Amino acid sequence: MHARTERPSRRRSRSLAYLPYLIPGAVCFTIIILVPLALNVWYSLNSWKGGMSPMRFIGLDNYAQLLDDAKFWASFRNSLSMIVAMVIIPTLIGLVLAAVLFDYIGKHFGSRTAATLRAMYYLPQILPISVAGIVWNWILNSQTGAVNTILRGLGVTDPPNWLGSTSTALGSVMFVLIWIQIGYPTVIFMSALQRVDPELYEAAELDGAGWFARFRAITVPQIRPETFVIVLTCTIAALKVFAPIYVLTRGGPESSTLVPSYYSYLNFFDKSKVGYGAAISTVLTIVIIVIAGVIQVFQNRSARREEEGR
Amino acid sequence: MSDTVLSSASVATRAAGATKRAPAPKPGTATRRKDRFHRGVGRWIVLAVVGLFALAMVAPFLLMVINAFKSPADYSGGSPLSLPKQIYTDGLAYFWQRVNFPVKLWNSIWTSAVVAVAGTLLSLLNAYAIGVGRVRGRAWIVAVFMIANMLPQEGLIYPLFTMAQRVGLTDNPWSIVIIFTVIQSAFGTYLLSSVLGTFPRALLEAAELDGAGRWQILWRVVYPIVRPTMSVLAIFFFIWTWNEFFIPLVMLTSNDNQTVPIALSSLQGDRMLDVPTLNAGALVSLVPTFLFFLFFQRTLTRGVTAGAVK
Repeated sequence: MHARTERPSRRRSRSLAYLPYLIPGAVCFTIIILVPLALNVWYSLNSWKGGMSPMRFIGLDNYAQLLDDAKFWASFRNSLSMIVAMVIIPTLIGLVLAAVLFDYIGKHFGSRTAATLRAMYYLPQILPISVAGIVWNWILNSQTGAVNTILRGLGVTDPPNWLGSTSTALGSVMFVLIWIQIGYPTVIFMSALQRVDPELYEAAELDGAGWFARFRAITVPQIRPETFVIVLTCTIAALKVFAPIYVLTRGGPESSTLVPSYYSYLNFFDKSKVGYGAAISTVLTIVIIVIAGVIQVFQNRSARREEEGR
Repeated sequence: MSDTVLSSASVATRAAGATKRAPAPKPGTATRRKDRFHRGVGRWIVLAVVGLFALAMVAPFLLMVINAFKSPADYSGGSPLSLPKQIYTDGLAYFWQRVNFPVKLWNSIWTSAVVAVAGTLLSLLNAYAIGVGRVRGRAWIVAVFMIANMLPQEGLIYPLFTMAQRVGLTDNPWSIVIIFTVIQSAFGTYLLSSVLGTFPRALLEAAELDGAGRWQILWRVVYPIVRPTMSVLAIFFFIWTWNEFFIPLVMLTSNDNQTVPIALSSLQGDRMLDVPTLNAGALVSLVPTFLFFLFFQRTLTRGVTAGAVK
């Protein structure tokens, strides 16, 4: 009786006793994340040129204006292209590469060879984006770039201006993003494959299943949790993408590679329309949280189904 | 990708993928496999395909390296694919002086290092309260930290910018240090909390019986055990902060305060610069990240295996 009444209170006091350790984190977090987030929403309800200029409350006018802004819609349409380039294509390529490296190259030529190849795929992931920007800007440059110099050497008289023309800029940016992203799913999928029980494969082999049948029936379902992690993190990254756009095209030519984050940056620091920029970034934030939530729900549902299946 | 593209990625899975090796097969099965696998030319074709693909992935780097050592005349006279006639280092020297590279390098090193240390310590304090202390509402606290990790930085930047102006941290690298310590620790808290959530209770109780206070338990019992995981976190925080682009671009306006990626991107559109100098700049800017990564491979391995045992 006595023990029963004492325990919960003791546990609560124990839990309270650890609260001081959370104080530095909570204070920093509030100042650097929560307050700016709230201020940004507040700015979005105002007309403001930034700095010392006066702020004027205009309610939802900025948001109403967004609805009629063709550039705003174009930026979100381009986000879909970013998702194709940063999520869908790299995940598919990464899946195939990881399976081939782990299951075929690793077994035929040793894990050393597989690890070396994996490191080569991963290389674009570790370098600063501005380095990638400089290098690709030069490679794709219409006059002095490596690609067009080679094309001219092959007899192409008028090679495209890859990053400089509206018809090729988005495709070129997507290509660079795919190149940057491939290593990430490859590495994660390879570590996921090490987790899969080899007996599953051996049993399937004994049953006469070929490489592709094993890939479809064992590999893909077994690494589903990692697939969700990749899809979630890469989708968020694709919606947030800023630096590659800044270093490659600055959203141009004619907004053909404009993305929401770059559009809000333009409004903040180029056009001095802080309220409008804040409205764009607020919409982007909401979209990201909603999409992340939806992916999370799917993940939980899939995890639950797997547990029930077992 | 560096950049935020990766910052939400799971340290554990990435690092595990980068370092774990497949267990060596038993001798008996190995020879049996060898016999079966070491037949036919098919495997060489597969190796050639993935090898060529790997070569294509690193081709931009190779192009960058060979063109960084050409003289302008050598470059315009030949193809971007040709090797330099002689090793020309004036481009490197010119870049070094033009962007005042040592200053940028030092800015990048100390900001990234301070963020790595402060970020992991803040993560540890948070995770101690959440994982070991089991404070009430911890699931919500972790969820809030995770959201902070997903947020687009555009949604925080203008308020952070005005706040920095208010406290006199405009164009001051300390603003970068403070902001990224908090942003990175959001991820660190999430990861360390899950590690500490399974911390052996017996160890804690034994320390309590010996009369150790919570502060002593943190540093004498918990810290030594999670130190390997923390060093992995610190290494990733360092690389992520080093590669950060957006917030340093906005916050650090003067030349003397910029970091390496910002200095490099400011070269773009500089008509005075020739292609070899640009490539030399990209090469120099990528070397520190590259070396750091190679140098810490081992720490990563140790840390990940320790974290995986949890």
